[in-house]
Amino acid sequence: MVRAKNLGKRVGSQNLFVKNYAVCFPTLSFKDRVVAVALANARAFGFDVVGCSSTGNLANSVAAQSARLGLKACILVPADLEPAKILNTLIYGARLVRIDGNYDHVNRLCSLIADQYNWGFVNVNLRPYYAEGSKSVGYEIAEQLGWRLPDNVVVPMAGGSLIRKIKKAFDELVYLGLVAEKHVRFFGAQATGCSPIAQAVKNNTDTITPQRPNTIARSLAIGNPADGPFASRMIRETGGWAEDVSDVEVVSGIQELAETEGIFTETAGGVTTAVTARLIAQGRIGADETTVLCITGNGLKTTDCISNRFEMGRAVRPRLADFEDYINELDGNALAEPELALAEGD
Amino acid sequence: MSIRVMLPAAFARHTAGTKQVQSEAANLPALVEDLGTKFPELGTHMKDADGTLRKFINVYVNDEDIRFLGGDGYEFQDKDEVMLIPSIAGGCRS
Repeated sequence: MVRAKNLGKRVGSQNLFVKNYAVCFPTLSFKDRVVAVALANARAFGFDVVGCSSTGNLANSVAAQSARLGLKACILVPADLEPAKILNTLIYGARLVRIDGNYDHVNRLCSLIADQYNWGFVNVNLRPYYAEGSKSVGYEIAEQLGWRLPDNVVVPMAGGSLIRKIKKAFDELVYLGLVAEKHVRFFGAQATGCSPIAQAVKNNTDTITPQRPNTIARSLAIGNPADGPFASRMIRETGGWAEDVSDVEVVSGIQELAETEGIFTETAGGVTTAVTARLIAQGRIGADETTVLCITGNGLKTTDCISNRFEMGRAVRPRLADFEDYINELDGNALAEPELALAEGD
Repeated sequence: MSIRVMLPAAFARHTAGTKQVQSEAANLPALVEDLGTKFPELGTHMKDADGTLRKFINVYVNDEDIRFLGGDGYEFQDKDEVMLIPSIAGGCRS
């Protein structure tokens, strides 16, 4: 976890922290935590084949960790998944099945497969272990804040499991006397193109109205979130809120986090960053409150959504004069007095 | 008019192993009633206190979530294939 002073300054928070799972090993998302617990139990149960329905990060993690454990993996994903996430699954030798449908179609099929075959699906018949693995996010937040709880946590929501398990982790730490009791408010983040839980929170209800996902934040694109009713209730009970942001804001959020904190996150992180900025602007999160953003995945997995925002620029001949001409082309007369520029740089 | 109803393995213990049944129910509330009559033990697991289908049970008609078709108001068509699948959520009690 890192203190996010620069991002905080930009969005108006003095005590902002980023729990950074963009660098989680082995596959650069928080799913590595949940899969470690699920697959340890898959092995204990004697499953030879494991699998999952996934929007990408889970697929990567199941593929990598099953390879290390010597388990066969069969992984089902929506066909339109980002190419990097597909590659990051195939490289480990897992069998990947692309399904012609969205995540909800994939998840339904996995339920049927789990009914039919004796396979261990980490988020179906191994779900309790997978869910408990999510608690480590909460444990780490408390530990890395010096064994205290924050005032607010902002969490991206897909199926709605993680946000509840962070609360459960905090409750357990309080119960064990490892942290002082504190009222923590939970805030959920979704993309507008798939925001069934955020809508339920805004409508003050536990009832989830399913949606057909239409967003670049594919890792959050679950239109019928299984934990949605429970997440909506928990958020409202803690006095939190949920917000959703457009795809344009998602990309801006990715860029903002990278430019301010040097953290390159995937689309889900862009959602969380943009939602946090909005919650602070709305006054729902106070400037002096300790707030933790959960950044759950790495930006190298979703480069397709931002690649058109940056120009490569022309190739420059390896001569100082050409370099100076090029920089002056870009920035006006920035290098008109190179000695002065160098002195200022020092 | 007859529809084919497919039940998940998790329900089979309440249906003496039956995983497929025919029904002449006109809509979802009628189907819930019909299944409760055919398999009384299943009925208590499927229905909330108010007699409606529990929220964690998803219903698909010909691969489409019934909520996108109008939910309780959807009128089943002859030979519709209806699938009941419970959501897998949660973990240990929080």
